[in-house]
Amino acid sequence: MKSSYLLGIAVGNHFTRSIFTTAVVAAGITFAAAAQAADTIKVGILHSLSGTMAISETSLKDVALMTIEEINAKGGVLGKKLEAVVVDPASNWPLFAEKSRELLQKEKVAVVFGCWTSVSRKSVLPVFEELNGLLFYPVQYEGEELSQNVFYTGAAPNQQAIPAVEYLMSKDGGEAKRFFLLGTDYVYPRTTNKILRAFLKSKGVKEGDIKEIYTPFGHSDYQTIVADVKKFAAGGKTAVISTINGDSNVPFYKELSNQGVKATDIPVVAFSVGEEELRGIDAKPLVGHLAAWNYFMSLKNPENDKFIKMWKDYVKKQKLPGGDKRVTNDPMEATYVGIHMWAQAAEKAKSVEVNKVRTAMAGQTFKAPSGYELKMDEKNHHLWKPVMIGEIRPDGQFDIVWETKKTLRAQPWSPFIPGNEKKKDM
Amino acid sequence: MKHLCRYCIATLFAVWLGNAHALDATALQNLAMGDNDARITAIETLVAAGDVAALPVLQALQDGALQATPTGRLLIVTEAGVTDAVTNQPLAHAPEDASRITINNRVRRALEAALAAFKLFSSDSAKRLEAAQQLAEGDPVLLPLVKKALASERNPTVHNALELAHSGMELKSDDPQQRLAAVQTLGNSAQEATKNRLLVLLEKDGAGQFAEPDAKVRAAAEKAIAAIEQRLKVAEYAGHVFTGISLGSILLLAALGLAIVYGLMGVINMAHGELLMIGAYATYVVQNLFKTYLPQHLDLYLIAAVPVAFGVAALVGMALERGVIRHLYGRPLETLLATWGISLILIQLMRTMFGAQNVEVANPSWMTGGVTVLGSLVLPYNRIVIIVFAMLVLCLVWLALTHTRLGLHVRAVTQNRSMADCMGIPTGRTDMLAFGLGAGVAGLGGCAMSQIGNVGPELGQGYIVDSFMVVVLGGVGQIAGTVYAALGLGVMNKFLEPYWGAVLAKIMLLVFIILFIQKRPQGLFAAKGRTVEG
Repeated sequence: MKSSYLLGIAVGNHFTRSIFTTAVVAAGITFAAAAQAADTIKVGILHSLSGTMAISETSLKDVALMTIEEINAKGGVLGKKLEAVVVDPASNWPLFAEKSRELLQKEKVAVVFGCWTSVSRKSVLPVFEELNGLLFYPVQYEGEELSQNVFYTGAAPNQQAIPAVEYLMSKDGGEAKRFFLLGTDYVYPRTTNKILRAFLKSKGVKEGDIKEIYTPFGHSDYQTIVADVKKFAAGGKTAVISTINGDSNVPFYKELSNQGVKATDIPVVAFSVGEEELRGIDAKPLVGHLAAWNYFMSLKNPENDKFIKMWKDYVKKQKLPGGDKRVTNDPMEATYVGIHMWAQAAEKAKSVEVNKVRTAMAGQTFKAPSGYELKMDEKNHHLWKPVMIGEIRPDGQFDIVWETKKTLRAQPWSPFIPGNEKKKDM
Repeated sequence: MKHLCRYCIATLFAVWLGNAHALDATALQNLAMGDNDARITAIETLVAAGDVAALPVLQALQDGALQATPTGRLLIVTEAGVTDAVTNQPLAHAPEDASRITINNRVRRALEAALAAFKLFSSDSAKRLEAAQQLAEGDPVLLPLVKKALASERNPTVHNALELAHSGMELKSDDPQQRLAAVQTLGNSAQEATKNRLLVLLEKDGAGQFAEPDAKVRAAAEKAIAAIEQRLKVAEYAGHVFTGISLGSILLLAALGLAIVYGLMGVINMAHGELLMIGAYATYVVQNLFKTYLPQHLDLYLIAAVPVAFGVAALVGMALERGVIRHLYGRPLETLLATWGISLILIQLMRTMFGAQNVEVANPSWMTGGVTVLGSLVLPYNRIVIIVFAMLVLCLVWLALTHTRLGLHVRAVTQNRSMADCMGIPTGRTDMLAFGLGAGVAGLGGCAMSQIGNVGPELGQGYIVDSFMVVVLGGVGQIAGTVYAALGLGVMNKFLEPYWGAVLAKIMLLVFIILFIQKRPQGLFAAKGRTVEG
């Protein structure tokens, strides 16, 4: 402003006045905006709405907006309404970092809910740590990370991957002896498979009975891989453990059914496939293939009924694409729980300031749609979660075939990775 | 399993006798309320009781149509209506408290075995074949059953499958002669699983004794294994060739339009991928129209989508040519930038019209599943259809370029624009039509791609590099070169992939192309004469 004033003097008096007026008006508008902003609390939503991950992340944005609306309808947080700032990082990992910087610095959001892939989380992590932001990450992941600035509301490996493999090795799961680890080529599948490999070895599975294959993001030609799976499976009871992420799952499952791979012969257990991903596929040939999560839409309990009804109403009201075919899934539940827990913590801390909220988050509990009371661990920023294994039904929903009796504490530092014994919680 | 099989036999004998009596009440109770172990025992008991009445109940359980009330009453609930599973009485509606019985893969496996025993004598040969294949790893106690089925089987395919199942069971016979015969028959198999079963015979136990005591049988087993391995190898190579051709045909469909636009006309069209995408979205729109207006003919939507995809993409292509590209002829750099900009605009346009998310394009039912050849190789129908489609499109393009007036004009303009102009050929119109043809062919490619991959605004981005790769490798200005390059790259990729993985195979191909172009900049087939004007 000062420079424009000086420039005005240099150019002429009349011009100076007009510039000055403009400046005052501009300042007034800024002030008005600031005053308005003071009535709301800005929260950031950082999910890919285009690109290969849009298939999974779009509904997380939708459910976050729904939850914010729900909280606002009940009076908001600390007497103020929440205002969502939605950005689209477009499945582009460096763009995630850029957008999170924009959210924290320009929009000055109190908290960000976002990311799906671990590579996007790794990309934004330095930004959140540098600017002391707060990220709620709602997706199951590989662990091996603990940041002061992140709360992990999805599952750690011991809350998803390991129980799933234990199930496959059990009598009910088909007593698998050989394991085909198939994933998208990035940090989450590679780390998870490293943990699983160590776990399988500790259970006496031989090196020759494990095979690891990776494909790039957005890969769509699974002919060779499915043929390879069939060949590998001829050597004994085989299960496929899929960490394929994003829209590659559609061609993968299509190829599986076209090549006649049935779940009773070779079950495929997936860690990133839920109701939402199956929405775009004919699920009939996939009956019996599995997924491991901490929540399924088919759960019967009052919290889930309420959650599903709220979602269906929201979809109808907002006329979201997909209409009544829209479903709920695990990361959506984790998003919902995360936002509510953050609101509870802010109320408890009587502030949305990051350091205060962080302290107040420890030990927060929330009655989740999974039917369990979930607790934020006092030390490790992860939720205590139940584990459930579901088999795909012809209608694209899941039948729960196994679940834990109580919630499990997360182990972000997997005991199956050497050197982790020394790493501590926060 | 052994128990189950014994029960199966008992059942079948009972079925043949036409013996019918009430279903076991405890078994039904267990089916309704027991745990998985109890359910499997219940299935076995029901089969053992030997009543055809059990078949619909078991079938309903497999189809997820069986419901139970908390008191253990069983109901079969289908779209056709509700019936009581025990009394077979139709009901107006299912009781409020009835819920579907959920089963897991283990129960499903037991069910499949039980149903297979029933189905061996089905009147449908496809069902019999499925049952025979299911029994391939069956227990020897099923032997009399399989023998009986074998004696009455007339269908050669089912007969073969039964013979293999039969021999597999004879492997455990006490008579070395029968084992020998069984091993020899199994040598006709082309299944990896059969090979593994034979390999077991050659293994030594802790005391150094072979699992198969007779040396003659062992020798025969070795021979059989060699024969199977030979067949497996053939099937594997055939599989690589098939998947390679399949990938090649997709590359060809993606690149053929570009071969016309870039190869013949010399226009670097960065929006080529988006023309593919438009074709795919046109298919999606046609599918939705069929869903709304002609749901009974939904399976035919793809046939209607082909001309629509061609037409829409061709129109967009011609509009592009008339609107933008014709002003930029002879300025490749500007064309490149302008078409790239157009590609971004088209992507954004699709995002606004259809949303940023992928849209669902389902395979028609005649394109799902596959055909088994050479014993173990499954050729999916959608891939076969696309290969045939690619060949058809290729033929049509070739005919259009060599046997029509437009083709003659295109070739004339390509060879010498000013001379063609002097001869009275409307060069402007020819450019537009040729561009429209290339764009339309890209639209056809998009229509095919919607059947195997995801349809989203970024669909074209994934193919643009591949398309240019194919055209450059094949040699600019040559349709034949494009065909060879597409198929060659496809097959090469598929032979490399099993050894190096999808990521590395692609990198190796790129390296190969770079080296090849270094050595032979004009591509596989050099255009002869004055094809490209300055």
